[in-house]
Amino acid sequence: MKRILLQDTSGTLKKELRDFYVALNSHLRDNGLNDKAQAVLVADIGIYNKGIVAKVLPEGFVYAGLKNTDIALIVEKTILGGEKVAALALDKKNRQMRIVLRNCGIIDPESIEDYIAQEGYQGLAAALAMGPEKVIEEMKKAGLRGRGGAGFPTWMKWNITRGVKGDEKYIICNGDEGDPGAYMDRSVLEGDPHSVIEGMMIGALATGARNGIFYIRAEYPLAVERIQKAIDVCRTRGLIGKNIFGSGFDFDTEIRLGAGAFVCGEETALIASIEGLRGYPRPRPPFPSVKGLWGKPTVINNVETLANVPYIFLKGGEAFGRIGIEGSTGTKVFALTGKVKNSGLVEVPMGTTLREIVFEVGGGVLHNYAIKAIQTGGPSGGVIPEVFFDTPVGYESLQKLGSIMGSGGMIVLDENDCVVDISKFYLGFCVDESCGKCAPCRIGGTQMLAILSKISQGKGETEDMVKLNQIAQAMQKASLCGLGQTAANPVLSTMKYFEAEYRAHVIDKKCPSGKCASLVSYSINKERCTACGLCARNCPVNAISGDRQSKYTIDMEKCIGCGNCYEVCKFGAVIRQ
Amino acid sequence: MVAETLKDDVKAVVTRWKDKEGNLIMILHDIQDRYGYVPREAALEVSRQTDMPLARIYEVLTFYNYFKLKAPGKFNISVCLGTACYLKGAAALIEEIRHILHVDEGQTTKDGLFHLQIVRCLGCCGLAPVITVDDKVYSAVKRSDVMGIIAEHSKNV
Repeated sequence: MKRILLQDTSGTLKKELRDFYVALNSHLRDNGLNDKAQAVLVADIGIYNKGIVAKVLPEGFVYAGLKNTDIALIVEKTILGGEKVAALALDKKNRQMRIVLRNCGIIDPESIEDYIAQEGYQGLAAALAMGPEKVIEEMKKAGLRGRGGAGFPTWMKWNITRGVKGDEKYIICNGDEGDPGAYMDRSVLEGDPHSVIEGMMIGALATGARNGIFYIRAEYPLAVERIQKAIDVCRTRGLIGKNIFGSGFDFDTEIRLGAGAFVCGEETALIASIEGLRGYPRPRPPFPSVKGLWGKPTVINNVETLANVPYIFLKGGEAFGRIGIEGSTGTKVFALTGKVKNSGLVEVPMGTTLREIVFEVGGGVLHNYAIKAIQTGGPSGGVIPEVFFDTPVGYESLQKLGSIMGSGGMIVLDENDCVVDISKFYLGFCVDESCGKCAPCRIGGTQMLAILSKISQGKGETEDMVKLNQIAQAMQKASLCGLGQTAANPVLSTMKYFEAEYRAHVIDKKCPSGKCASLVSYSINKERCTACGLCARNCPVNAISGDRQSKYTIDMEKCIGCGNCYEVCKFGAVIRQ
Repeated sequence: MVAETLKDDVKAVVTRWKDKEGNLIMILHDIQDRYGYVPREAALEVSRQTDMPLARIYEVLTFYNYFKLKAPGKFNISVCLGTACYLKGAAALIEEIRHILHVDEGQTTKDGLFHLQIVRCLGCCGLAPVITVDDKVYSAVKRSDVMGIIAEHSKNV
């Protein structure tokens, strides 16, 4: 059975696409091919401005610029003949490599048969045949590191928990994806739930855990539903329960829901939350590997980490270790968003450069504005300016630049984005999400945010930048958990690379990118103004007045600096200073 | 109307989770799924049936953003303020909704029709900026689209 995926664009092509879809379906039906191929409308194939786009699976041929007259040819050559129609094919160099997302969008996530057909649960079978020591040995060869952010080697984590004595151990899958701007875990949980379950079971085998817990955000109801269905079907098939595959290995797993607290991504806070308490982190040691859930040894792995595991046991640790670069093996999924043409999830081998990701995979900056920086690692990460775009991505290389890999948010900032504003946004997030248990994070964050607000309002003083640095260092050294320790990173990295922009705010009282409303003023150039009145109609405070003869002017007393007029003017007559 | 079945509802939920350790958050999730929020009477009832002090229940309820203590509106507007949405102008959408409905974050309109909440990332950053009204997702929303989205719901009342 072949599948023809059609990109369901909501733009101008809506009608043409519908027609094509209907025509394709009737062609398949009329020729009795309904059991040979199925047309499916999907949200995104990742190719834009190329007309109607189709992708034929399993071959993966991509066709673009399609017309209804092409249908017969595609069906004859590709569906029946299995060949590519060269004239319609869109070939571009593929920088992406799908390991974590290998099944997402390809299999039916609610069908265990589909998963098994993609060699599903064979990694588990291989691992069971190896036994725990060899499983850890294989993971060491693979060199897989935690994809949740910190990058701790997974084999080492498993090995520590394995070494702790105890009859009861737990393995937890951390699906509390809270970084605003990253959503790979949701996609994997929704698109390929069995791969995460299989990865968890291999981890359980290695560590000696017999109970698994999926901790998933309540904001991801479909992910919860899909994992629950997958667990249920595994249980009826004997893949979860006692004596799995006749190997004597017992395993069971259940779901616990998060409830909207970013701090619960931190291991000890997550454990507290599963125990039904407030999500407060606690000092470490003891580490969860020794004393975790209910005081028992517990290993916690991120969704993306676990989704890699079955692949390692299918292809071998050495083969996995050859992908990527030294110290950072395998692939990484990034949520490429912000001011980029093709936003979405991308999976690239480690070592791909930032420039390749943004310009080749992502298609460059939206509206062709100049790129300013790339932000990675979300609220715990930092910005990377253009001079470093040729850096190959890896845990250490990003850290050297003052950012982190994090969970994989990658946000493109263009010349219209203000670094003070971005820092304020991230810090505001951390202040909101700080649990309030320790003073450095609770007080430090609030103070830094107050200083940043002052700067963005044009009330900044030169000492403010020194103060920001001091508080940031105190937070890094003294906070209890990762949230507070890293909350200042966005501020520190923007101050490091864009000090001039901070100075412009503080000394010249100007916001070079025009984002900080208090620091910009708007006026109308009478030469360019065509007196269309669009600006006046869009002004929320009626600060713009005028008519056909006198043209329009802005009353600065009333203006709140929202920039609506600037954005709506089609003639470039509104001037921002 | 809440009160009549409340005891039984809570009992069903408590029974479902009674053998699980650390079940409080899951119990509260089930109650919120049923009522759309966690009414004070329900929290009291959970306290009675589980022998857990009310303070312990509220300690958890007030810590997690997901739990609502007040009845939501008929339609719940969530504006995403994740990084991607923020960069693409979500703040202007919030401003527009405030302007049209005269509500602030976390408030419900006087007629009880619309509740405005701001969420940190709905996990669909590729569609930024995103607004959801209950389960319906609106992607790449522009300021000028907001009025239409609100009208679409208010006309169906």
